[in-house]
Amino acid sequence: MNLFEYQGKELLRRFEVPVPEGRVARSPEEARDAARYLGGKVVVKAQVQVGARGKQGGVELVDSPDEAAAATERILDVEFMEQNAFALVQRRSRGAQLTPEDEERISKAAPIKATRVLVERAGDIADEYYCAFLVDRSNRAFLGMMSAQGGMDIEKVAEDDPSAIARVHIDPLLGISDFHARRLVFGARINPDAVKGAVAIIPKLYRAFVEMDASQIEINPLVLTGDGKVVALDAKVTLDDSAAFRHPIFDELKAAHEVPEQERLAKEKGLNFIKLEGNVGIIGNGAGLVMSTLDVVNAAGGEPANFLDVGGGASADILSAGLEVITSNPEVRSVFVNIFGGITRCDLVAEGILDALGRLEVKVPLVVRLDGTNAEQGRKMLADAPHPMLRTANTMLGAAELAVELSRAGI
Amino acid sequence: MAILIDDTTRLVVQGLTGREGSFHAKRNRDYGTNLVAGVTPGKGGTDVDGTPVFDTVAEAVAETGADTSMVFVPARFAADAVLEAHDAGCDTIICITENIPAMDMARTVSHIRHSRRGVLIGPNCPGVISPGKANVGIIPGEICEPGPIGLVSRSGTLVYQIVNELTQKGLGQSTCVGIGGDPIPGSDFIDILEKFEADAQTEAVVLVGEIGGDAEERAAAWARENMTKPVIAYIAGRTAPPGKRMGHAGAIVSGSKGTAAAKTDALEAAGIRVGRNPTEVAEIVAEIRA
Repeated sequence: MNLFEYQGKELLRRFEVPVPEGRVARSPEEARDAARYLGGKVVVKAQVQVGARGKQGGVELVDSPDEAAAATERILDVEFMEQNAFALVQRRSRGAQLTPEDEERISKAAPIKATRVLVERAGDIADEYYCAFLVDRSNRAFLGMMSAQGGMDIEKVAEDDPSAIARVHIDPLLGISDFHARRLVFGARINPDAVKGAVAIIPKLYRAFVEMDASQIEINPLVLTGDGKVVALDAKVTLDDSAAFRHPIFDELKAAHEVPEQERLAKEKGLNFIKLEGNVGIIGNGAGLVMSTLDVVNAAGGEPANFLDVGGGASADILSAGLEVITSNPEVRSVFVNIFGGITRCDLVAEGILDALGRLEVKVPLVVRLDGTNAEQGRKMLADAPHPMLRTANTMLGAAELAVELSRAGI
Repeated sequence: MAILIDDTTRLVVQGLTGREGSFHAKRNRDYGTNLVAGVTPGKGGTDVDGTPVFDTVAEAVAETGADTSMVFVPARFAADAVLEAHDAGCDTIICITENIPAMDMARTVSHIRHSRRGVLIGPNCPGVISPGKANVGIIPGEICEPGPIGLVSRSGTLVYQIVNELTQKGLGQSTCVGIGGDPIPGSDFIDILEKFEADAQTEAVVLVGEIGGDAEERAAAWARENMTKPVIAYIAGRTAPPGKRMGHAGAIVSGSKGTAAAKTDALEAAGIRVGRNPTEVAEIVAEIRA
């Protein structure tokens, strides 16, 4: 789960990481009150999870409560784009010729709107840094990173000048020691005035990272203020959903996130669903097999409408619910059910398919491919219950081709 | 030969009395795996279909000589179960459980690596099968055949898909290993490639990767320097959109790193052929073996 900035800062505050004083507002009126309470100059920041938020008009610095209200009105109206699409728009505005695929990606990018702003007291910024902790898969350890080039796209910094980023691995069993913080701070060659504050903040960030079961905490920028304090001006925190059982607050944090209707429905039913832009509905078991299914459908000239993994040991109910979620998307022209049973039993899969066909008004063809545990039994159940919308195939590639062909045939 | 498990394996199942644990342990035993014990705290002294159950792994090891553990306990207890098996001296631990917090695995994997003893496979994996010898996990035994091909995969169901394609082409397997799709796996591709390189039965290795992280790139670099046996690869997620987490915690592409294209380039640069789909992977293996 990726937290909004205001949520991330609330968590950091609990670990005594200095963050600017601020209040969340859902309307211009609330923003006016917040600005009045804070007094003086404030910054109004859209609470959205997109890159280049500032460049897209999501951050404004204002002098008065009335201006804060006006800025909030503008910001809540902005249609943000996801970072990749926005990067393409920027390239185009600089005169670059985009490919038809890139143009299509821009036109298909769904607009994202903020429902909240964070109103914060604005301060002088003397210098900006970057600091992060994350789970490093390559080393099976934790990785701390720091750079004097804060406020910039860190992936670009990493590409242009890798030496500008100090890195230190931390053994999860040992935990952080002060030398780790010193290696980051001195390694990043930050302003000497900020050294003491940064060395103090780093162990606090690490504690927040470990104790909150985060998979990543990124502070960009970490700033040195005019009066010599080191403060986290932004916070990108990703929490590990698997640890929700020991953090009651995760549910509360999650409630602030709006998920598209179809994804919410899927989640309720325990399905792993991601909406895509095409018209071939996909259901499979296991993330790897479903990704591979998307690939073969693409290779056959089709466009997947979604990613849907029913997981291991899926029951008939789950299969049936999955079909319901997929066929509720009006774009879908055909559905490819690709199951290789291990822990999942193909007879239960067949039962779920038959249940969905009986229960729902399925208007698009289903192409079903069953292999693995109890496949014979499952195939026989489908053969014994013919349905005009039901087709079967023996191989994954054959099924992909058939599903793509049917998606083109129209209804 | 074969790697990790064979007909000398003595298996203890942690979580044997649970619904999933008993179902799959029974299937593993029916396959011919030497299932010697189960562990469920508080149920010591009972048995499941004749297999004795103990309260602790230490007792199970002392009484039955178990040397391999399969962990089938719920996620919140799973890291503890892995540590218990390691402490009791099980040198092969295969953890099937998914959704274990990454913080728990970070500490557990660090501890096992510091001890310089034992191998952890998983978590969030389908297990390991050495066809004809032993099956520990949830891979359907009936699709496998004994033979010379080693297989290592981050994805579970892709193990089944590709093993099935191999078997249909008459290409049997030495051992198939699902290392799991978690951010912190107990073993990575390199750990398993090293074992296949040293294994007399294995003559070629299929590596099944997916988008996200750099495990495939590191494996490619390692294989170029260290593998004398041919490696054939597959990468799932060529067409996955960036920024979307596709089920596995590891399978997310951010920025330019971790894409299927980058992985394919790295593998091909190391002389490893990459199939575009599971069927083509088996075709390439057949071609190399012809």
